[in-house]
Amino acid sequence: MSRIQTRFAALKKEGRGALIPYLQACDPDYDTSLELLRAMPAAGADLIEIGVPFSDPSADGPTIQAAALRGLKAGATLGRVLEMVRVFRETDNETPIVLMGYLNPIDSYGPAEFCFDAAQAGVDGIIVVDMPTEEADLLDAHAREAGLDIISLVAPTTSNSRLFHVLREASGFVYYVSITGITGTNSASAADLEKALPRIREATSLPVAIGFGISTPAQARAASRIGDAAVVASALIKTMAATLDNGQATERTVPAVLKQLEGLAAAVRA
Amino acid sequence: MTNTSSPLSPPLANSLRSGPDDRGRFGIFGGRFVAETLMPLLLELDEAYRAAQADPEFRRELDYYLKDYVGRPSPLWFARHLTEELGGAKVYFKREELNHTGSHKLNNVMGQILVARRMGKTRIVAETGAGQHGVATATVCALFGLKCTIYMGATDVERQKPNVFRMHLLGAEVKPVTAGAGTLKDAMNEAMRDWVANVADTYFLVGTVAGPHPYPEMVRDFQSVIGVEVKEQIMQAEGRLPDVIVAAIGGGSNAMGIFHPFLDDASVKLIGVEAAGHGLDSGKTAASISRGRPGVLHGNRTYLLQDRHGQIEEAHSISAGLDYPGIGPEHSWLNDIGRAEYVGVTDEEALEAFQVCTRTEGIIPALECAHGLAHVMKIAPTMAKDQIIVLNVSGRGDKDIFTVAHHLGVKL
Repeated sequence: MSRIQTRFAALKKEGRGALIPYLQACDPDYDTSLELLRAMPAAGADLIEIGVPFSDPSADGPTIQAAALRGLKAGATLGRVLEMVRVFRETDNETPIVLMGYLNPIDSYGPAEFCFDAAQAGVDGIIVVDMPTEEADLLDAHAREAGLDIISLVAPTTSNSRLFHVLREASGFVYYVSITGITGTNSASAADLEKALPRIREATSLPVAIGFGISTPAQARAASRIGDAAVVASALIKTMAATLDNGQATERTVPAVLKQLEGLAAAVRA
Repeated sequence: MTNTSSPLSPPLANSLRSGPDDRGRFGIFGGRFVAETLMPLLLELDEAYRAAQADPEFRRELDYYLKDYVGRPSPLWFARHLTEELGGAKVYFKREELNHTGSHKLNNVMGQILVARRMGKTRIVAETGAGQHGVATATVCALFGLKCTIYMGATDVERQKPNVFRMHLLGAEVKPVTAGAGTLKDAMNEAMRDWVANVADTYFLVGTVAGPHPYPEMVRDFQSVIGVEVKEQIMQAEGRLPDVIVAAIGGGSNAMGIFHPFLDDASVKLIGVEAAGHGLDSGKTAASISRGRPGVLHGNRTYLLQDRHGQIEEAHSISAGLDYPGIGPEHSWLNDIGRAEYVGVTDEEALEAFQVCTRTEGIIPALECAHGLAHVMKIAPTMAKDQIIVLNVSGRGDKDIFTVAHHLGVKL
């Protein structure tokens, strides 16, 4: 079983959903983001999503755009992100790591080389925002060979028939983009989610993570119960950004994010 | 004028004009690299566009607006004085700057707005660089009473003030984008963010032959009216096809519009002129084909200015309309198969050509097409006097007089 399968199976036994915090690699610098990454499991992260900085994050709102810019300024490259995961795996071999980013850096790295190196580094899954099912053949075979899950995204605009098409060969888990919009802006209501999830579960037996617009402990709790996991991204980055001094980390940076994460985790576990 | 070779007619087999394939690809270029949220919209748009193509009523409606509102056909002008000054090939201008709103942009916008209306959309978003596409979009939104939001880089808002004011007058909301260098690339990102957040009522009216399928194909089809007319007009004037067609390229819509009807005419050399900025090797350039490599941005695979890690670089050009680190995917394909040639022209050369054109022909060209003209000035003297060059004068230069004055050290 993959780390992702193992983790979701264990949580199912516990009778709760997962909390998936997000951090942008090298934001605001490599060391700080690595420190945060290593501390996240103890603070309640069940899986972790690492954003790969890209110059043109056209599906992201202002918070993650700014984080990506800070990351790039601090020297983030795909290679450096994999290095970060490699170091994380030296002390944590259980917490699933999923990379989220845009296609061009992967394309530039080389799809086959990337899938191989990512799996070697200890990455479990990848989410490529601008690679819909129609273009997924670029990575599919390489990812399968390397044992990486390509996490499929579905959205409120995905029709019932299209859900079957998109999820036909999905693996790992399914990521439900719960709003039509960019990250960190609007939120879906619990009622919206209650309506959407049965539609998705018709098309897949994989766990469903809900993301985009989840910021409060109550929202995280609701999403982790209606779905199987809640992804919290912009809200954590906002907290982190507020601790920065001229774009640089301060001693408050890591503790502030971890404290917020603990609050989210407590709600998900309650 | 008749539409014997209508750009909306089905493509021929064994033709360079038959692309894209059903995945929206021209060779390895093109495609649909967008978030899943947008994918269903692209499929819906594709369907709506096919239905429009197949509907004679759509063709009739478009022809009506092109003739009586846009002012087509645009003339093909023999630039006698320029020809004499250059002392070589005969130079013709395709006068797209005479269209309503002052550029070729309205050809595409008129087509897409009719598609958007068929789809029942009530709000339009668009990106713009020089503001020509923004003005054209704001214009049709005024005409049809649709809400209009234009995203424009903050740098471009500053250097293209007259167009910003025009858009305001036309009732559009202009949103300056401060991300990145505040140019066309950033405006494109922001327009896509708006679209994804407002999918139910909003139509994204792309201004060039780039973006996810079916935009490159659809914009090309609507702009092909340029080349279709040139073919007929040059046959009337000269009794034969031109030897060379030259057009400036940012995203590449005016170039694709004049090239496409000639793709199967092997004797016609097609030259796209990219903005070299301070020079092709200066690091401050917008020449995506000359200095970029294939990658994925804004929904399509195409030549991009990018670093070795796949991060997109900022383009540079004196011309806001060419200041984009990518290019339409069909151009990338035409380059790779060798059917079209892509060259660079610097800011300085374009400024010089801008003045020559104004002085010799009494036509103030947009800085965009001044790039094309600069290349014509290089090649015409090397060609025989009975050879023919057609330059697409895709826009008028009124919007650029402040930029030009600034560079010439003149205070207005």
